[in-house]
Amino acid sequence: MSHHEPLIRDSLSGKVLMNTEVKAERCYQCGKCSAGCPVVDQMDIPPSQLLRLLQTEIPSNDEKILRSHTIWLCLNCEMCIGRCPMEVDIPPMMDFLRSESIRRKMVNPKAGNIIAFHRSFLESIRYTGRLFELGLVLSYKSKTFHLFQDAGLAPEMIAKGKLGFIPERIKKVADMKRIFSRTLKKGVQS
Amino acid sequence: MARIGVFVCHCGENISATVDCDRVAENASGLPGVVHSVDYKYMCSDPGQTLIKEAIKEHKLTGVVVAACSPRMHEPTFRKACAEAGLNPFLCEMANVREHCSWVHEKTESTTQKAKDVVRLLVEKVKRNEALQPIKVPVTKKAVVIGGGVAGIQASLDIANGGHQVLLVEREPSIGGHMSQLSETFPTLDCSQCILTPRMVEVAQHPNITLWSYSEVIGLDGFIGNFTVKIRKKAKSIDEHLCTGCGLCTQKCPVRKIPSEFEQGLGTRPAIYTPFPQAVPNKPVIDKLNCTYYLKGRCKLCERVCPTQAIRFDQPDEIVEVQAGAIVLATGYDIKRTDFFPEYGYGKYKDVIDGLQFERLASASGPTGGMIRRPSDGQIPKNIVFVACAGSRDPAKGIEYCSKICCMYTAKHAMLYKHKVHDGTPYVFYMDIRAAGKDYDEFTRRAIEVDRTKYIRGRVSRIYEKEGKLVVVGADTLLGGQKVEIEADMVVLATASVANPGSEELAQIVHVSYDRYKFFAEAHPKLKPVETNTAGIFLAGACQAPKDIPESVSAASGAAAKVLGLFANDELTREPLVAVVNRMAPPLFSTCIGCFLCQPVCPYNAIEREEFKTRDGKLLKAVARINPGLCQGCGTCVALCRSKSIDLYGYSNKQIYTEVSALLDEALV
Amino acid sequence: MKIGFYPGCSVDGGSREYKESCRALAKAYGIELESVPDWNCCGASAAHNLNRELALALPARILSLAEKAGMTDLLVPCAACYNRLMLTQHELMKDETLRKNISEVTGLEFKGTCSILNVVHWIQKWILPELPEKIKKPFDYKVACYYGCLLVRPHKVLKFDRPEDPQSLDEVMKLIGATPVDWAFKTECCGAGLSVSKTDVVADLSGKIVRDAVYRQADALIVACPMCHSNLDMRRREINGYLKQNVSLPVIYVTQAIGLALGIDRKELGLHRHFVPVNLPEKAEATK
Repeated sequence: MSHHEPLIRDSLSGKVLMNTEVKAERCYQCGKCSAGCPVVDQMDIPPSQLLRLLQTEIPSNDEKILRSHTIWLCLNCEMCIGRCPMEVDIPPMMDFLRSESIRRKMVNPKAGNIIAFHRSFLESIRYTGRLFELGLVLSYKSKTFHLFQDAGLAPEMIAKGKLGFIPERIKKVADMKRIFSRTLKKGVQS
Repeated sequence: MARIGVFVCHCGENISATVDCDRVAENASGLPGVVHSVDYKYMCSDPGQTLIKEAIKEHKLTGVVVAACSPRMHEPTFRKACAEAGLNPFLCEMANVREHCSWVHEKTESTTQKAKDVVRLLVEKVKRNEALQPIKVPVTKKAVVIGGGVAGIQASLDIANGGHQVLLVEREPSIGGHMSQLSETFPTLDCSQCILTPRMVEVAQHPNITLWSYSEVIGLDGFIGNFTVKIRKKAKSIDEHLCTGCGLCTQKCPVRKIPSEFEQGLGTRPAIYTPFPQAVPNKPVIDKLNCTYYLKGRCKLCERVCPTQAIRFDQPDEIVEVQAGAIVLATGYDIKRTDFFPEYGYGKYKDVIDGLQFERLASASGPTGGMIRRPSDGQIPKNIVFVACAGSRDPAKGIEYCSKICCMYTAKHAMLYKHKVHDGTPYVFYMDIRAAGKDYDEFTRRAIEVDRTKYIRGRVSRIYEKEGKLVVVGADTLLGGQKVEIEADMVVLATASVANPGSEELAQIVHVSYDRYKFFAEAHPKLKPVETNTAGIFLAGACQAPKDIPESVSAASGAAAKVLGLFANDELTREPLVAVVNRMAPPLFSTCIGCFLCQPVCPYNAIEREEFKTRDGKLLKAVARINPGLCQGCGTCVALCRSKSIDLYGYSNKQIYTEVSALLDEALV
Repeated sequence: MKIGFYPGCSVDGGSREYKESCRALAKAYGIELESVPDWNCCGASAAHNLNRELALALPARILSLAEKAGMTDLLVPCAACYNRLMLTQHELMKDETLRKNISEVTGLEFKGTCSILNVVHWIQKWILPELPEKIKKPFDYKVACYYGCLLVRPHKVLKFDRPEDPQSLDEVMKLIGATPVDWAFKTECCGAGLSVSKTDVVADLSGKIVRDAVYRQADALIVACPMCHSNLDMRRREINGYLKQNVSLPVIYVTQAIGLALGIDRKELGLHRHFVPVNLPEKAEATK
């Protein structure tokens, strides 16, 4: 073991290592992750480039990462880690970068929809324990003002018996309150 | 009374940065029997050795402990210095405070303490050392070279030209190895066969070389200068003395659809075959696994057409023992096949091929006569993609190393393709261009600038087939990781170079060590690149690590030089660290009870039976005797002996117990 | 015979035909699927996108409840839930401190004793053995088996099938008389995580999948995940827009396909709930 390297580094790369055990230095920039990523075309920073920025340990680059659209577009489809020759586990790293981006209030404006959706989702299960799909869609729409998007789906879903009108509640909703309050603490739910 | 000198080396900073050498020396001076103790920056240097020599004389030392590196590194150095000062070299011991202390521990008090302990126990050991005399053994001046690729050919020719006998053993029906499959070679683009086949013929005709093709080494006994090599000569099913190599049998054989190993499965061969027209020896063998006669008991067409009646269906494998003084391992390498790459099509797409297959396509003597045609439908590919680092530098696939030759042969492939398909476009996906070598970088630049190969820096994520095209999905990392999709007609994977199948078994047969990738291990990565840890066995070519042709040939000549150096001696001296069964005056003769349990466990067959008889021939006692010429000092018999009658010079039971006791800080024996 | 069952929200709600077909199959085999008592949502991608502890605590509660109910085999038909449950079990079993912390959050003990089965595991273990003699009407169609992401990745944790060009669904399909096609999008992502928030991306990703299946002349896409199903089925209008053609390729759950081969009623299998009508081409029916 090297004794020259401090165990805790203040850079984003150091935080990633501490929280996810992902070592950015492992990446040798072959680009196989970017090549296989299904949403790379939509990303502002391809995954391999994101790792490169992380490797620099320069504060302005760290900020670029946290403000990127990329971290919100990642689908966690695990294709990158499935093929990475260096086994750099990108998906959990993305999870961490998202929470860090929220914590530092650096969320990319284009990620609004995505976060709104995730929040509506979590709200739904916080109060009932299970997902209430109609409620989720309504809550999401009120958050994003996308009132007419997907409006066409609902009637057909109702016709096919796919959409319920009454949320199902679990018996011990108190369990949900306990789980949410103990894990979220602050920061995630605005 | 023992007079021991202790010499503590700093090894520059290798030891002293972690171990407090002053205190180790100071502590040693207080040990019982130590009359002199010093530390010095480089003990192995000339002034360092002089320090030891002068101390031996001045303090009349009876034993020396050098606390420095591993004995594998410098024990011979220090023992020689002692001998020069008049001290028996076997009264010198090394305490390894580098590999066992400074290199593996942090700088702490306990590391220095460990160094002190190691010195203490060796001081106790050396007090019990005995002056030993080296053993002299004769040298058999004949070499066995295993593997007949370019490295084996070069080594054989060099040794034979040095005036010594060589037996070249090749597993396949012909020598030539992978080089004989190549089309043209980098960086000069000279034809591989044109430069190799004359040397193959030279091997066949050289008066000092015996060539056994279709043969395998299955056993090895003995030691440097005196090996016994056991070889299986596989039945070729022909009488080589009668066969003229006319080829009539191979033309008439009705079994014709066997995938040819030489053509990498892109062509076929009959059941009785020579691998390629320029094969040496140019006489066929029958492939028993595919021959109709061996499978079904009828056919024998070859026998009927043979003009010299040379076919021998009942020929058995022959097992032969050969005496040799030196062995050269030149068993070469292999490449990963395309089925190693699930994301690139699991070997199910016919037009995703490997580098050796491309060599056959580009070769004038290959299945397409040198035209680049894709295997699926024979079309000439207009877009061709070469993928470098296919499996190499890929820890996830278990191959961490760089295969070294792919950057160059990929550039060559792109060039050859462009020279043959003028309107085609070659693409190369690469990670780094590693072109260190004479005229190498210039060569890759030519592929890019003159032959206009599109080099894209990025790895390919996957390849899939769509409407008769192979869609290659990669990224251009120099454009920030932008996705690149190329619809290719053919894809060539520069698959990783790996150790030859069977290398592990061979290493175990000949007792040489190998690395975790199953390549044979050299004795020292810098200073003994062609030696193995087993004296008298040398390495040539890519069996040691991936190598290109120039490097393989250099290593082969290096190995041959080592063999010739060895053969310059009529006899060798060996370290006398051998086991011995005690002897005493009659009527006891020895404490050995003659159970001979030691005999079957000896890996070197060194234990013999010695009988003591009266004058009239009556047997008084039979005891074990160890042949010091064969014993390798492994100690197995010592551990096994029930009457404790065997001991090992240099590592006697008494010495070992003393060391252990000293370590445990108990009352010393 | 009783085994544990975790339907998850989608399978219990918008993708109820998946649950219906699982239950129909179970019925045909005399298996009772016993739901985890008072089960909750696994948190899906929303939880792990925003908070790691939450993403572990929600599945941990489910697994703890299942353990408490004495379930040793737990069928999780939804690939997304299966993935979350497996990852949680993996993370908690390798880190004792984390396990303690999460137990403290859920207020339930976690032992990691449940064997979590995805739908293919379940089929392999419980359905296949008697399958050949139960087949009434071989499912004699060309099918493109779509595995998606979450059934096979990450391989280190799931250790299910091979991550590239998986075969388990194909093998099951062969057994009911279908001919699986060799195609190129078996494990490419359909974009489920962004299904609502980035529908354009989903049309693009799912469109490529549908296009390749059509190109390989498949009669149906076979899926084992409600997320994949809703993207490929319910989002067909957007997909057709992206492909600039109307594709009528139906998307069928593996359980529905087996159900059809067993001669189970279409309605019982929930086939009427699909957006893309399940109109398989008429074949000369070989009744067994």
